[in-house]
Amino acid sequence: MNKQIRAVGFTMLALFGVVFVNLSWLQLVRAESLANHPSNIRLLLKEYALERGAIRSLNGDTLAISEPTPEQQLKSVRRYPKVELFAHLTGYYSIRYGRERLERSYNQELTGKGGVVTMQDLGDRLLGGEEKGDTLVLSVDTAVQQAADAALGGRKGAIVALDPVSGQILAMVSRPSFDPNLLSQHSAEGQQEAWVRLNEDDENKPLVHRATRAIYPPGSTFKVITVAAALENGIGPDTSFPATSQYQPAQTNRVIRNFGGGTCGGDMRDALRVSCNTYFARLAAEMPAGILEETAAAFGFTETPPLDISAVASRLPDPNDLRSPAFRALSSIGQYSVAATPLQMALVAAGIANGGNVPAPKVVKQIEDARGAVVEQTSPEIWKRAVSASTASTIKEMMVDVAANGTARAASLPGTQVAAKTGTAQTGEGGNSSLAWTIAFAPADSPRIAVAVMVEGSGPGSDETGGRVASPMVRQVLQAHRSAAGW
Amino acid sequence: MITGTARRNTEASLLLISLVIAIGGYWLASLPRSASVPTGIILYGVIYGAIYAAAHFAIRKLAPRADSLLLPIGLMLNAIGFVLIYRLEIPTENVGLAAAQTQWLMVAIAAFIATLWWVKDVRSLAQYRYTFAFAGVVLLLLPMLPLIGREVNGARLWIRLGPLTFQPSELGKVALVLFFAGYLSERRELLAVTTRKIGPIGVPALRHFGPVAAAWAVSLLVMINQKDLGSSLLFFAIFVAMLWMATGRPIYLISGVAMFLAGAFIATRLFSHVQARLTVWRDPFQYINESGYQVVQSLFAFATGGAWGTGLGLGRPDLIRFSVHTDFIFSSLGEELGLVGGAAVLTAYALLAARGFGLATRCRDDFSRLLAAGLTFAISFQTVLIVGGVTNLIPLTGVTMPFMSYGGSSLLSNFIAIALLLRISDEVARAGGEAPPTELNMAAGGGR
Repeated sequence: MNKQIRAVGFTMLALFGVVFVNLSWLQLVRAESLANHPSNIRLLLKEYALERGAIRSLNGDTLAISEPTPEQQLKSVRRYPKVELFAHLTGYYSIRYGRERLERSYNQELTGKGGVVTMQDLGDRLLGGEEKGDTLVLSVDTAVQQAADAALGGRKGAIVALDPVSGQILAMVSRPSFDPNLLSQHSAEGQQEAWVRLNEDDENKPLVHRATRAIYPPGSTFKVITVAAALENGIGPDTSFPATSQYQPAQTNRVIRNFGGGTCGGDMRDALRVSCNTYFARLAAEMPAGILEETAAAFGFTETPPLDISAVASRLPDPNDLRSPAFRALSSIGQYSVAATPLQMALVAAGIANGGNVPAPKVVKQIEDARGAVVEQTSPEIWKRAVSASTASTIKEMMVDVAANGTARAASLPGTQVAAKTGTAQTGEGGNSSLAWTIAFAPADSPRIAVAVMVEGSGPGSDETGGRVASPMVRQVLQAHRSAAGW
Repeated sequence: MITGTARRNTEASLLLISLVIAIGGYWLASLPRSASVPTGIILYGVIYGAIYAAAHFAIRKLAPRADSLLLPIGLMLNAIGFVLIYRLEIPTENVGLAAAQTQWLMVAIAAFIATLWWVKDVRSLAQYRYTFAFAGVVLLLLPMLPLIGREVNGARLWIRLGPLTFQPSELGKVALVLFFAGYLSERRELLAVTTRKIGPIGVPALRHFGPVAAAWAVSLLVMINQKDLGSSLLFFAIFVAMLWMATGRPIYLISGVAMFLAGAFIATRLFSHVQARLTVWRDPFQYINESGYQVVQSLFAFATGGAWGTGLGLGRPDLIRFSVHTDFIFSSLGEELGLVGGAAVLTAYALLAARGFGLATRCRDDFSRLLAAGLTFAISFQTVLIVGGVTNLIPLTGVTMPFMSYGGSSLLSNFIAIALLLRISDEVARAGGEAPPTELNMAAGGGR
């Protein structure tokens, strides 16, 4: 009998061995992937236990802050004092629906795990001091953001303003907006209720960041790129076409007309001033194939801008389609399947303003640690070398003319030389609704701000042109920045 | 030769270490909440000191030459369990669990002392074997009764008597081991006689498979009616293991395993709760928000703990939600004390197993031998089942972690088992520590 007892005893010890090997594998080998498993909320709870860094505007207003709660599970709750105004910049911090925008892209820094570890940090950690996240300071001034939001006046649309030299975002508004406090609250039911309501609102789509994550036909603002393509490829500003009210490219029966059925022509400057569709359609149709999309790509189209919150690439038509003069003609005026984010169009304006170089756009100006010391600073970078300085200079003069004497007169600002271009794009099924655009920069000679305004319009036949709707908004933004920054 | 006094002194110093673990752990676990020394620490120190002293002096008086390690191992595991249970009090609002566990330990140690006092000669228990059989089966099947049976977390393994809830299968386990030891020591020769051969394996007369079939039927009944996979499997495994240890006939092992597999196969086909356990086991992450939640949370707990653990009171074992203080207490340990803590605890159980099986081989009579081996097997196998279950090595079967889990019935039965083992070891030591050769050299295929 002892033989069997020993056998059972050793088998039992072997079973303990198997259990131990499995435990070691679990706690040593699989530990890493399990600890970071998306359903493992232990990390999240830990994150909520530390003091997440704040987000502040350029002038020091608090845009997002973690406040302690007496709750047992989650030790802090995220608050957004500016509610909807900065929602699309800060994003939200939700247990259920994750993080968005700055809360997402700077999560490492906000939780204090990114960037540089100083001796002071090490000391704090060794002594078991409270871990605190870093603070983000934006380049956006609250007054400018407020002015941009007020300019949009509750209409659906987006406004993007940036420093054309440094690329720092000065205002970024997307309406409709949402209340990030609702998505960041602790009540699971409350979060879900807000989430469902925001997502089911198909008419307004308040969670869509229209400034960076939605693309729209840019309409005539794209003519700036058509002009750039011509100038960069030896087609001079003096290229003239006789005045006409319609243009029919070869091998097609599609007819391109001017806005409001008008007649126009002349040289490039004349054409841009009045936003002459027939002129640019013919110019593009007669251009060599390839240069239009090449120039647009040089401004950043088809590539995701290196913004520090999520953004999407703007779209160009299929290069094969663009071999056809008819499609080139349609694309040259920002229709057909050309589609851009308001951010991209602001970058086009910034590129012209900055001597042909498109800056890398950034929302965050600097990162400070919990004691207020700057740990990281955003340095200006050039994202794209779009066109030569002389091309940029020529286009700038044309755009100054547009703001002074052309369709963008409403964007002009007394005492400051403004350069601008309007656009009115047909969108929706059968082109039955319109988008009003204006891109601009000022002052023309030493630019401090480049802006793009896009307003989703009303039904067909309305007189909601870029010049009437968007250009006055541009002026308000320019004015607000001029008084805030003092130029 | 080691004297009884030397053994008792070893035991006393080990118990002192265990006391330090209980009190130090209690203090450590309270640290993340408050830097001051918890108010209950003196009271607990006194109570645990008294409990340990009572158990220790009872052994000195009643079984002075008994094994020196068994009680300290059981109490040390209990001390670790107590700390983990106390630590869970605040986040899960299970206030009072640690105090209740301490009260249960008092009851369990009282039963432990009573067992030592009442059972002067362990062999005398053999005559009550059918009483134990009846008691064991009744205890095992008690939760089926409509009025007192209670279903907890989908398994019907509790009974309620007034304010007390009780898991009778835990006590049934000890009763049945006593019965098996009595029954098998009496019948082992008959059961070992083979009348035919299938290949190299001798096969006893068919009627000797009657007990196997009966045990199998009872375990199936438990599984089907009470949805208690753990008790069902544990009970059947104890029976097959003891039958084989008694007879040495592989055919019992083979037929037992075959019947278990067949039973399990049929059960997975017929019963959704068995099927559910299996599908969760294969891929718990697929059922992460439903039936797989606890296992996944348990895996997360181990992963978060890693090699060194988060530290007492710094993990989130409460995320496993219910039964973290019972079935999942090892996950809580793995998270906060890490692989090192888990390895230490497993080593303690392994040491207990080695000590118990070693003791069995030194016994002078078959009953003591089978009883010691059976009790040791029951405790060790239950440990493997639950540790394997919470680490998803095997499908989860809800059994408690011996000595560590919260619960009166579990503590009671395990400390009674320890008392019986101590009684046996005392008898072995009194008899000179040497067992005469007892291996029966039965002629293969020969009858008597």
